[in-house]
Amino acid sequence: MAIGVTNAPERSKSSGSIINDPQVRGIFYQAITIIILAVLIYWIVDNTTENLRRANIASGYDFLRSRAGFDVGQSLISFTSDSTYGRALVVGFLNTLLVAITGIITATVIGFIVGIGRLSHNWIIAKLSLAYVEVFRNIPPLLVIFFWYSGVLAILPQARDALALPLDIYVSNRGVAFPSPIPGEGAQYTLLAFLIAVAASFFVARYARQKQMATGQRFPVLWTVLGLIIGLPLVTFLVTGAPLTFDVPVAGKFNLTGGSVVGPEFMSLFLALSFYTAAFIAEIVRAGIRGVSKGQTEAAHALGIRPRLTTRLVIVPQAMRIIIPPLTSQYLNLTKNSSLAVAVGYADLVAVGGTILNQTGQSIEVVSIWLIVYLSLSLATSLFMNWYNARMALVER
Amino acid sequence: MARRILTALFGAAVMGIGAHAASAATLDDVKAKGFVQCGVNTGLAGFAAPDASGNWSGFDVDYCKAIAAAVFGDATKVKYTPTSAKERFPALQSGEVDVLARNTTWTINRDTALGFNFRPVNYYDGQGFMVRKGLNVKSALELSGAAVCVQTGTTTELNLADYFKTNNLQYNPVVFEKLEEVNAAYDAGRCDVYTTDQSGLYSLRLTLSKPDDHMILPEIISKEPLGPAVRQGDDQWYDIVSWVHYALIQAEEFGVTQANVEEMKKSPNPDVQRFLGVEADSKIGTDLGLTNEWAVNIIKAVGNYGEVFDRNIGAGSPLKIERGLNALWNKGGIQYAPPVR
Repeated sequence: MAIGVTNAPERSKSSGSIINDPQVRGIFYQAITIIILAVLIYWIVDNTTENLRRANIASGYDFLRSRAGFDVGQSLISFTSDSTYGRALVVGFLNTLLVAITGIITATVIGFIVGIGRLSHNWIIAKLSLAYVEVFRNIPPLLVIFFWYSGVLAILPQARDALALPLDIYVSNRGVAFPSPIPGEGAQYTLLAFLIAVAASFFVARYARQKQMATGQRFPVLWTVLGLIIGLPLVTFLVTGAPLTFDVPVAGKFNLTGGSVVGPEFMSLFLALSFYTAAFIAEIVRAGIRGVSKGQTEAAHALGIRPRLTTRLVIVPQAMRIIIPPLTSQYLNLTKNSSLAVAVGYADLVAVGGTILNQTGQSIEVVSIWLIVYLSLSLATSLFMNWYNARMALVER
Repeated sequence: MARRILTALFGAAVMGIGAHAASAATLDDVKAKGFVQCGVNTGLAGFAAPDASGNWSGFDVDYCKAIAAAVFGDATKVKYTPTSAKERFPALQSGEVDVLARNTTWTINRDTALGFNFRPVNYYDGQGFMVRKGLNVKSALELSGAAVCVQTGTTTELNLADYFKTNNLQYNPVVFEKLEEVNAAYDAGRCDVYTTDQSGLYSLRLTLSKPDDHMILPEIISKEPLGPAVRQGDDQWYDIVSWVHYALIQAEEFGVTQANVEEMKKSPNPDVQRFLGVEADSKIGTDLGLTNEWAVNIIKAVGNYGEVFDRNIGAGSPLKIERGLNALWNKGGIQYAPPVR
């Protein structure tokens, strides 16, 4: 910095001309860039408004408040044809979130299993994992979605001959129907007990850590926490008189009625995104573990730490630092790939937005909403992962 | 301000970067580039579908050809843009296509807010339902609880919601963007009911793996006037597209066919003479911006309305759709052309 400041005037003096002054030149080029950008933006705005006006196309976001008039097959919140376009977009957004979040969780689990599997000393497990990665990584995600969708439609029986599984679960090409729980009087206490158990577990874990730090003695955290989280709600549930009934699916004229149904559209999209992204995550995990120097393992062994503990306490924490940044990109990819839902008729943001775009003709507005929502989703994911990365990062003193 | 800039940026992408995007004189553009860019269905047998070697044919395709014949005297000067229900409107708005001949229902919203112009209705249709015979359903009112396959972005989707709501019936919509996807899902048994315009159902039934296992229910739940659409703000082009249809109707009314059009030029009937542009000092085509031979060229290329109908969707086709409402006004239908004079 100091060098730049002292050098610049010297050079301009030596050349003696303002044209050769690097500072003046720099300002000049930046000004030119800004002017070109401004003219370009002005031209685009002007051209668009002019074209819209000439084509007599209505514009603005007021349409979001008008009645939608169409129904949506899959919705997490109540939606009828009397709801607004705005609510339809919310329905689509929630569906996108649903498939993205469930997909991310499953992809992470499969990815870690396969990634560790590739490093296994067991030949079959290593080769199976390799085959998995190579197959799913090299097929376009859209084909994977079609594969699952046509697989679901072709293999599963028709709704009338639905496959009956235990616990009143039915499987057909209309999806998986299962009994949906209906909470009765006093069910809220069970939920409360569960929340208390979760909070208590948190404190138990903290106490155990402090105790180990202070005395070196270990406390059976896992068993205590499991007992709390399962036991406390269960006891409450039984004490309040088991206030829970089930809405069981029954064969209707066309479909199974009652219960909850997970449709083949969601299932195929969810499975495809999970399996596809898991292949990439597996490679990231493998790279992360390989990236930890072998000396670390040997040092841990030399200290007498058992292999399982070595993995958990020495390898994984270091591997995570390598894994998290590329993992974030995979999460973003999965979220963005969820827009392929439109191919199988899953009502995600793009599918619902497309319908609205068509019914109202407000293409610019709908496209802008799409872009803003996906951008916000991706930025939120990035922020979260950056925060997590900062927590996991090596603390240097 | 930020919103306006964003809007504009996306606008550039959607509206096509180029000042001619919504140019006023479509006819001049078409003449300059040497062909008509026609937006058609992605593949609806009888209306618009490509054969194995990529040649398009069908009822709507004949309208594209007729427009090309009217403008250039050559029906081959057409390029087709297959559009899904969702893509069709942006394609026309942006100027990607000159005319949309794609089973498009004329509604007030599309005529106004979307910035289009409709006038002639080349096919009076209505929405119907198709089901498997094995379900033993005789009326649409028995469909409560059914899963219904429907194409997104259509009036069909809206009518469906209204019909089931009005009749207090439950249903589960299964919505796809592309026609082929809807067909595949219905064929695979993903849904019990397929709903679209009745003409479409007749056409689609032929493409199913077992056409005889399916039946079309008697109810027609909506009015679906289908016709070609153009952009607002170009009256000349709007007139040309409209009068191409009226010429086809008028030709049928006069009994002018693809085979006898040359002979009919010698017809003693002054109306026919005027129509075919053989009257002395005729301005019948030049006033439209075309040649006086325009009607003759249309009929030579595709025949009259009756011939177009029969060949593609009527008695002479596998679809065998009755003329019904689409018969001429003097034969029990409502197809009617204003006088050519």
